[in-house]
Amino acid sequence: MANKLRIATTSLAGCFGCHMSFLDIDERIIALADLVEFDRSPLTDIEHASHCDIGLIEGGVCNSENVHVLREFRKNCKILVAVGACAINGGLPAMRNFIPLEECLNEAYLYGIGVENPQIPSDIELPLLLDQVRPQHEVVKIDYFLPGCPPSADVFWTFLTDLLEGRQPVLEYGLVHFD
Amino acid sequence: MSNTLTIDGNTIPFTDGQTIMQAATAAGVYIPHLCHHPEFTPHGSCKLCTVKVNGRICSACTFPAMAGQNVLSNTQELTADRKKITQMLFVEGNHFCPSCEKTGNCQLQAVAYHLNMLDDHYPLFYPQRAVDASHPEVLIDHNRCIFCTLCVRASQQTDGKNVFAISGRGINKHLIVNADSGLLKDTDLAASDRAAHICPTGAILIKHTAYQVPIGQRLYDHQQIDQVSLAQEQTPHGE
Amino acid sequence: MQAFIESLVASHQHQPTHLLAILRAIQAQAHYIPEAAIKQVATLLNIPRSHIIGVIEFYSFLHLTPQGQYEILISDSITDQMLGKNELMAYLSEQLHVAVGAVRGDGLVSLNITSCTGLCDQGPAGLVNGYALSRLSRARIDQIAALVEQQTPVAEWPSELFQVEDNIIQTDLLLTTPIESGSALKASYARGLAETLAEIDRAGLRGRGGAGFKTASKWQYCKDEAGPERYVVCNADEGEPGTFKDRVLLNTYAQQVFEGMTICAAIIGAEQGFLYLRGEYLFLYDKLLQIVDERRQAGLLGNNILNSGLQFDIEICLGAGAYICGEESALIESLEGKMGIPRNRPPYPVSQGYLQKPTVVNNVETFLAAAHIAVHGGDAFAQIGTAQSKGTKILSISGDCTRPGIYELPFGTTIHAVLAACGAEDVLGVQIGGPSGTFISNTEFDRRLAFEDLATGGSFIIFNHSRQLLDIAQNFTHFFAHESCGFCTPCRVGTSLLKKQLDKIVDGHGSAGDVAELEALCQIVKNHSHCGLGQTAANPILSTLERYPELYQSRLKAISYEPGFDLDAALATARRLANRNDAAAHLAQVEDSL
Repeated sequence: MANKLRIATTSLAGCFGCHMSFLDIDERIIALADLVEFDRSPLTDIEHASHCDIGLIEGGVCNSENVHVLREFRKNCKILVAVGACAINGGLPAMRNFIPLEECLNEAYLYGIGVENPQIPSDIELPLLLDQVRPQHEVVKIDYFLPGCPPSADVFWTFLTDLLEGRQPVLEYGLVHFD
Repeated sequence: MSNTLTIDGNTIPFTDGQTIMQAATAAGVYIPHLCHHPEFTPHGSCKLCTVKVNGRICSACTFPAMAGQNVLSNTQELTADRKKITQMLFVEGNHFCPSCEKTGNCQLQAVAYHLNMLDDHYPLFYPQRAVDASHPEVLIDHNRCIFCTLCVRASQQTDGKNVFAISGRGINKHLIVNADSGLLKDTDLAASDRAAHICPTGAILIKHTAYQVPIGQRLYDHQQIDQVSLAQEQTPHGE
Repeated sequence: MQAFIESLVASHQHQPTHLLAILRAIQAQAHYIPEAAIKQVATLLNIPRSHIIGVIEFYSFLHLTPQGQYEILISDSITDQMLGKNELMAYLSEQLHVAVGAVRGDGLVSLNITSCTGLCDQGPAGLVNGYALSRLSRARIDQIAALVEQQTPVAEWPSELFQVEDNIIQTDLLLTTPIESGSALKASYARGLAETLAEIDRAGLRGRGGAGFKTASKWQYCKDEAGPERYVVCNADEGEPGTFKDRVLLNTYAQQVFEGMTICAAIIGAEQGFLYLRGEYLFLYDKLLQIVDERRQAGLLGNNILNSGLQFDIEICLGAGAYICGEESALIESLEGKMGIPRNRPPYPVSQGYLQKPTVVNNVETFLAAAHIAVHGGDAFAQIGTAQSKGTKILSISGDCTRPGIYELPFGTTIHAVLAACGAEDVLGVQIGGPSGTFISNTEFDRRLAFEDLATGGSFIIFNHSRQLLDIAQNFTHFFAHESCGFCTPCRVGTSLLKKQLDKIVDGHGSAGDVAELEALCQIVKNHSHCGLGQTAANPILSTLERYPELYQSRLKAISYEPGFDLDAALATARRLANRNDAAAHLAQVEDSL
């Protein structure tokens, strides 16, 4: 293999369930490893993405760090893919959008049951929360979407092999799921 | 044969008084739809059944079938537009499929699958909407209502009641129920009412019946809505 | 209240079709529709309470929550804005200590904006408890604020605040010499009703609302329908921003309008007519009732009109703030006491209209012209205008010109000539036919007023070079999002999306693909909407985008993407609660460098 395609992956406001599902491609990962190499990813522990061909990101955008990471991926990846329900419409984390952020933080850090030493964290190392969780496509331009909670291993496999073989990726009926 | 029209080049018969949708369904041609149901007066609001009749855009569910009509339905252009309209329905409400009991049995979702809709495309509205869990047997989750009025029509036309209505204007439209308290428990809705079972999405659900069929083994998980819809609607009662 | 409602509903003969009038009366009395009233009206009319709530929530002038004892609404038409509405609104808000969109704590006054009130030639305009206020100025606002604080009843406010001028500047065929009352009816009977319909046909009269359907054909179709019951409806729900001709026609030429309706009734065989008057023209209501009564006294309405055996009467029905009711089938729904949601067509109103009976719905100006033709014959009328557009058109001219007002001009008149007549200079462009019509640039002033070129219901708004085109498109786009009835998906969701997308671009947050996205959205809304509102809602954007693409492009940033929401503002709550303001507590809207 001459040039392997570089892939980066990360999770924003997600649960890593999409990553787990990706790993469900099982032994096919060996075939994939012949064709690609992984850049930033929980699989590699590389902290910052360098120039990549494909970026796969799960999760919605819930805080300032998510925005920075998403921008870093957008800047470095030729093809950016929003992976999973949360990436596409905010998903379950976005169900907090109907409760004012102040109420959420008060409940969690000040008045909730079992809170000791009540205070809202203000360490500058901590990312601040956005008032609403947003889907990725409202923050950066997204090239492809893989729906599902999570998208099945076959979705990842089909999508990546289509791309690797130079085809326009197509998800047939059975591969399109929102749940 | 004068009582025929063509849909995507195929000649199909119709009888006087039929809409294009009725003629198409009878002939085994699926036209995507959400607010239409053969048992109730056509409504024409979701606009998914948009077709081109002799070059002019019409709603198949309300437009009368006429001899010689040249109807286009399954074209690239119309499919793309239907996908956009479906995306509009998704962004105006709060449709978190993984947390919805209707997932896999939901017509909104099934139409989206059928149209190969992979994302929401538009910015999301995240409207503030309530859940009415007051009724012992039936739940309303307003987050998922698409204003198709099927519950309104079923309650009036089949149940002989008037449990539901659509109120408000424009993007502020919302489903209301007929009780002084505004709560479902104070209406005369029974869980056996047609209106309680007609919702195409997860906006009206029967309680105590959840997750009897696991996700992944549900209606639209393995069958496309065109097949399901035709199987259910092709021979309406009384024909 | 209970006794009031009981007698109110009784005075409407317990007719559910009168629901809107009943609710208007309750709103006027209580400044909202209390829960108890909803219950009582539901019982008295024997209709579901959900139907009543639906109607209340549909119309802008009806409310489920208490409004101020003085409900003040300021017209948000582009013409009002051009006359300084925004500054005046802020001043009014300050003087009355009430925020826009709010009710003051003591419940005395509420303040909000409302869609065009039809006083574009004498704005900025507003409404207090439904009555039109004209020519607002700081001095008038001081006066109004004092009257509110002193709790002077609106009926005792100085009449000059409510002075509405006709401003008829140029007259022609119809307005120069109105017919004498009764003369058109007499002429019609002398000539014969069938022959009179033939005259209207010969005149080539087409509907003046803008769509231009042949009037004689409409009347003929309705006449040919089976069954004994038919209705005549005059559409005076003149809601298109920039239009006010019907206000003037009903103020000064109402006799002739009613006569046109009566001739229609005689021809098609109707016994009942309705004039659907937009709620904003409440100030004309009593006057119109009086004219109807005068006509009854004169034997021109009622039983056995002019001893011809004709029986016909006219009811004046008020709207309650809904632009969509100008669409004829929505208007009919509203007349029936329902939400104004346009019907599916076919069937058309001529076969199934009011109460599903054959119904002719025509514009105020159409009936006026029909009465004229009944007196003077079709040929004289047809001599004026163009081959496809006969007669004259009455324009409501407003915006940047020295003589705004009413102009009656022959069809075929060029825009150049119109602009010269009203004293417009340094013109950038003209909005013809209101927001749902077309914006034309100053390179197109050779075009003509005509159904085959520039069709208009009468709205003619002039913009000079000091005006920002995108602000205009934005005002119109917001108007449609506010007025969408919400029935169909493409209009309900699409008009709100158009508003978001245009705001993004106008506010400088647009990037590479945003104009293409805007245009694609316009096409969906235009092509797939249920009625004329949705089908034209994208026109303000499409007609300016076509003529001034560079204007839109110039607002875009030379980057591939920018979020449509304010990222840094989205952190504001978290910043405040964490008591932080360091660099990491902020986000740039656009990433400049990593």
